[in-house]
Amino acid sequence: MQNFEAGSFDVIVIGAGHAGAEAALAAAGMGAKTLVLTINLDMIAFMPCNPSIGGPAKGIVVREIDALGGAMGKVIDKTHIQMRMLNTGKGPAVRALRAQADKVLYQAEMKRLMEEQDNLSIHQAMVEELIVENNEIQGVITQVGAIYRAKTVIVTTGTFLRGEIIIGNLKYSSGPNNQQPSLKLADNLRDLGFDLVRFKTGTPPRVNSKTIDYSKTEIQPGDDVPRAFSYETSEFITDQLPCWLTYTNERTHQVIDENLHLSPMYSGMIKGTGPRYCPSIEDKVVRFNDKPRHQIFLEPEGRNTREVYVQGLSTSLPEHVQRKLLESIPGLEKAEMMRAGYAIEYDAMVPTQLWPTLETKKIRNLYTAGQINGTSGYEEAAGQGLMAGMNAAARALNKEEIILSRSDAYIGVLIDDLVTKGTNEPYRLLTSRAEYRLLLRHDNADLRLTKIGFTAGLISEERYERFEAKKKLIEEEIIRLRKTIIKPNEETQSIIRSKGGTELKDGIKGQDLLKRPEMTYEDIAKLSPSTIQLTDEMKEQIEIQIKYEGYIEKSLLQVEKLKKMENKKIPDQIDYNAISGIATEAKQKLKEVRPLSIAQASRISGVNPADISILLVYIEQGRIAKISG
Amino acid sequence: MEFDTIAAISTPMGEGAIAIVRLSGSDAISIADQIFRSPGAKALSNQLTHTIHYGHLIEPTTGDVVEEVMLSLMKGPKTFTREDVVEINCHGGIVIVNQVLQLVLRHGARLAEPGEFTKRAFLNGRIDLSQAEAVMDLIRAKTDRAMNVALGQMDGKLSRLIATLRQALLETLAQVEVNIDYPEYDDVEEMTLPMIIEKSTWVKNEIERLLQTSMQGKILREGLSTVIIGRPNVGKSSLLNSLVQENKAIVTEVAGTTRDIIEEYVNVRGVPLKLVDTAGIRETEDIVERIGVERSRQVLKQADLILLVLNHSDELTIEDERLFEAIHGMDFIVVINKTDLEKKIDTQRVQELSGNRKIVTTSLLQEEGVDQLEEAIASLFFEGSLDSNDLTYVSNARHIALLNQAKHTIEDAINAAQAAVPIDMIQIDVTRTWEILGEITGDTVEESLIDQLFSQFCLGK
Ligand SMILES: Cc1cc2nc3c(=O)[nH]c(=O)nc-3n(C[C@H](O)[C@H](O)[C@H](O)COP(=O)(O)OP(=O)(O)OC[C@H]3O[C@@H](n4cnc5c(N)ncnc54)[C@H](O)[C@@H]3O)c2cc1C
Ligand SMILES: Nc1nc2c(ncn2[C@@H]2O[C@H](COP(=O)(O)OP(=O)(O)OP(=O)(O)O)[C@@H](O)[C@H]2O)c(=O)[nH]1
Ligand SMILES: [Mg+2]
Repeated sequence: MQNFEAGSFDVIVIGAGHAGAEAALAAAGMGAKTLVLTINLDMIAFMPCNPSIGGPAKGIVVREIDALGGAMGKVIDKTHIQMRMLNTGKGPAVRALRAQADKVLYQAEMKRLMEEQDNLSIHQAMVEELIVENNEIQGVITQVGAIYRAKTVIVTTGTFLRGEIIIGNLKYSSGPNNQQPSLKLADNLRDLGFDLVRFKTGTPPRVNSKTIDYSKTEIQPGDDVPRAFSYETSEFITDQLPCWLTYTNERTHQVIDENLHLSPMYSGMIKGTGPRYCPSIEDKVVRFNDKPRHQIFLEPEGRNTREVYVQGLSTSLPEHVQRKLLESIPGLEKAEMMRAGYAIEYDAMVPTQLWPTLETKKIRNLYTAGQINGTSGYEEAAGQGLMAGMNAAARALNKEEIILSRSDAYIGVLIDDLVTKGTNEPYRLLTSRAEYRLLLRHDNADLRLTKIGFTAGLISEERYERFEAKKKLIEEEIIRLRKTIIKPNEETQSIIRSKGGTELKDGIKGQDLLKRPEMTYEDIAKLSPSTIQLTDEMKEQIEIQIKYEGYIEKSLLQVEKLKKMENKKIPDQIDYNAISGIATEAKQKLKEVRPLSIAQASRISGVNPADISILLVYIEQGRIAKISG
Repeated sequence: MEFDTIAAISTPMGEGAIAIVRLSGSDAISIADQIFRSPGAKALSNQLTHTIHYGHLIEPTTGDVVEEVMLSLMKGPKTFTREDVVEINCHGGIVIVNQVLQLVLRHGARLAEPGEFTKRAFLNGRIDLSQAEAVMDLIRAKTDRAMNVALGQMDGKLSRLIATLRQALLETLAQVEVNIDYPEYDDVEEMTLPMIIEKSTWVKNEIERLLQTSMQGKILREGLSTVIIGRPNVGKSSLLNSLVQENKAIVTEVAGTTRDIIEEYVNVRGVPLKLVDTAGIRETEDIVERIGVERSRQVLKQADLILLVLNHSDELTIEDERLFEAIHGMDFIVVINKTDLEKKIDTQRVQELSGNRKIVTTSLLQEEGVDQLEEAIASLFFEGSLDSNDLTYVSNARHIALLNQAKHTIEDAINAAQAAVPIDMIQIDVTRTWEILGEITGDTVEESLIDQLFSQFCLGK
């Protein structure tokens, strides 16, 4: 193969999945000359698994991406078939939006955005090699010998690295959904000295909706209120499509029991580690054999297709067994299988090889993002893609790096978990992974992150002004309610009575009345109307901030402590071997992770408080030595 | 000043009549103000630095007086740590000192980690560079020692109980989490507020019971239960009397204790002892049979420490040997009494029977050897290593402080649930309780909740 020079860029993004798309849009949006190279242009932002975006924790990530200036929220707002707000019966911290996507429209819309983005070139190509000199990335070489040079490179190759699809005892080299796998790049990464692990995931069969008997299933409609992820969306989709719910039964479980020996999971053919939160149906039946039934959701894959995703039936059993499984399920007895479910094994990076900017420690200016870093899920991939894109562009343009803290965003939690603790299974975000989840809410993503997006150049002047105005109105109204006294007159008492509360004896501050569990902002506003016009979004914000003030304050106090420890930076050239007091295990971990701050160091498992104390003293000693020396 | 406020007992345990609880940090003075009342009701925050104040410590929630104290007020930066420092001087004895320590811990201070005062002094620039190495060594050494002591003092029963509480909390948490992270799963029982209240109340009650009965609590309130045994006439009662007299302790006969067992409370070098003389149950001829009497066995079983008295001027008898057998595996000290009389005892054999336990020789008649016995008791209690300032009682004081914190957080959770606060807020306090209890047993594996979630429930697509 004759190599040839094909151009030079600030940022090259390898891959245009959910991570790659965000990375490329962010880098170009920040003004970096950006190139995306991807195996198949028709598969941009493809969803190889469920046609769904959002949900607990993940939905908040989408909001965060939007607040930072990313694309996922806007795209799904335009291309969903239904949306639901989850956990509305619980507190504000765990409310989350979930959308069913029209898969094809989603891809098309993302592709269109990318095509229209200034500074962004898109090219179909298989990257085979990274060009590295003196531990610094120089560019990439593709299958056809094209050499692209760049200041920074982001690898977002998802499940493609040495991908292998497994169905029953059939196993073949492939990317997801029979796309070309990425073989040479996997070898190249290994040759460059990166530690790779083997992970696995799976997907259920798809069936044709015209062969489903919906009368035997339960309907699952979307919310009747219009919803959106993006703070910029103003047009809402109103014609929604429902999903449907059915269940497995004794017969389904019996089919599995009888055919378990044919499962590659149990025959030992699959060696990769699968995610616990994405178990195959055979896994569920074996591990929870006392459960008489499991839920099966039927999710349309789009408006212009009959294909339906059978959520809950992820499997790698042979196709003839999959058919029997479908036959056993009410509503699917006659369902025509369009694609069989499969498992896929792939190589992933050990993520402790990354800095919190997602730059690799080994090779300067090389970043990785998305499923290649050991995560699973579109939102997790997109969040990382955005951060890697911002940081790669920042590096190329000599701007400051951007690291989100655990108290800023779920994206911060995700990346910190990955680079500090690593993961021994495909990592999925859960709300319980966030220690400050009361602060990381769906409703306040803009308050948390818009400024960062604006500073980076991904939020327009106009949007930022609108945001500032909103923020100001919220603050003013909270102050007003703090001062306003509500009198115990008949109007007040009757509203309280109608809410089932106890009547007032004296006048009470507006905020204190609002703190009563049964009272809402609207109730208070009736008694003491605001002079300014507030949107529902603002009202919700005011209500949450006042109602849960006590808890929020507690969390903020913890965050304050965290920030202090985050501000204690560990110099990069620190020699852990020279610190005699630190325990051997802790030393090893510290050398591997190379934490940037004392806060990060203290989260490494195996590093205990005494080690941290000693580290603090040692750093302080170095600081004094430098000042006096 | 960027550190929180820490506290510790800063005088060696059990020595001297005065003990000092030291507070350092930005809230040191405000914490002291909450619990200190001077005759003129002056607020410490308004007083000059480096002044000493007389007054009483009170429990502000009840108004009860805890102790009469002298309090030194030192405002930063001219202090050891360069932070605000308050030193509370109280009468010695671990009961009182620990009460004072717990009082400040309940009102906002955190128990200092090993070497933490020194570390702060260094980080605040009080100690120069050349000492940094020493500071690091100190932290390491103290931590290792504290770890050993903590492990040694961690009673198996206590850690099992805490593990049970944590598991119950974890299951509750997992159920709350599963409802949050997998709202579409209709076959998982929704964790309701009444269920949370029930579980939390149970945990709270158990914590309270633990606080009542935990080893440390018991020792603090009742003293280290020390049983004196031996054949008739070897000098058991004399031993008790001389320990009592030596220490001029106020002798209290606790109401309700059985007449035939004599109990005395003494304070030996800071260690509170509840001395039990088994003299009263001597009617039976055969000692071993006597020990076999149900109640006596009970006494033995509950003993934290046994003093086995032997007669120097007698040969070892079969009864002595059987006594050794009866106390096998327990903490005991062998006292060979009547050394003023001619030696007939086979010391070689006594040594064999004693294993690695301490042997002390006394002549109670001539008031000899009591000092050594006291020394042996104290060093046994302090594990021979807890001799220097801010480490004292770290493990036990820490357990109590943590249990108190856990009690508070679980109470917060119960109150919130009663006020119908959303479940994910209540969750914050339940999680905190689980974490605090984990600090006691040293279990802080972060993935446990997620592990529990996926083992308890069948989740995922
Ligand atoms: C079968 C299957 C089941 C899944 N099930 C679940 C699930 O149940 N739950 C869940 O949360 N997530 C699941 N996922 C994961 C989810 O699809 C991914 O996490 C997400 O798509 C990852 O996004 P990404 O951008 O990292 O990678 P991808 O979306 O996989 O994108 C990778 C991109 O890199 C490109 N590429 C690869 N190699 C090269 C190369 N050498 N040169 C140029 N371009 C290259 C590809 O063309 C593609 O555009 C599943 C994935 C698969 C495949
Ligand atoms: N010579 C000598 N006599 C002692 C010594 N200690 C105690 N005695 C005497 O031994 C006798 C018995 O002492 P007690 O203290 O009553 O012994 P005891 O073990 O309590 O005996 P019982 O209660 O009868 O089992 C008394 O006459 C004491 O004075 C000692 O060290 N030397
Ligand atoms: Mg007697």
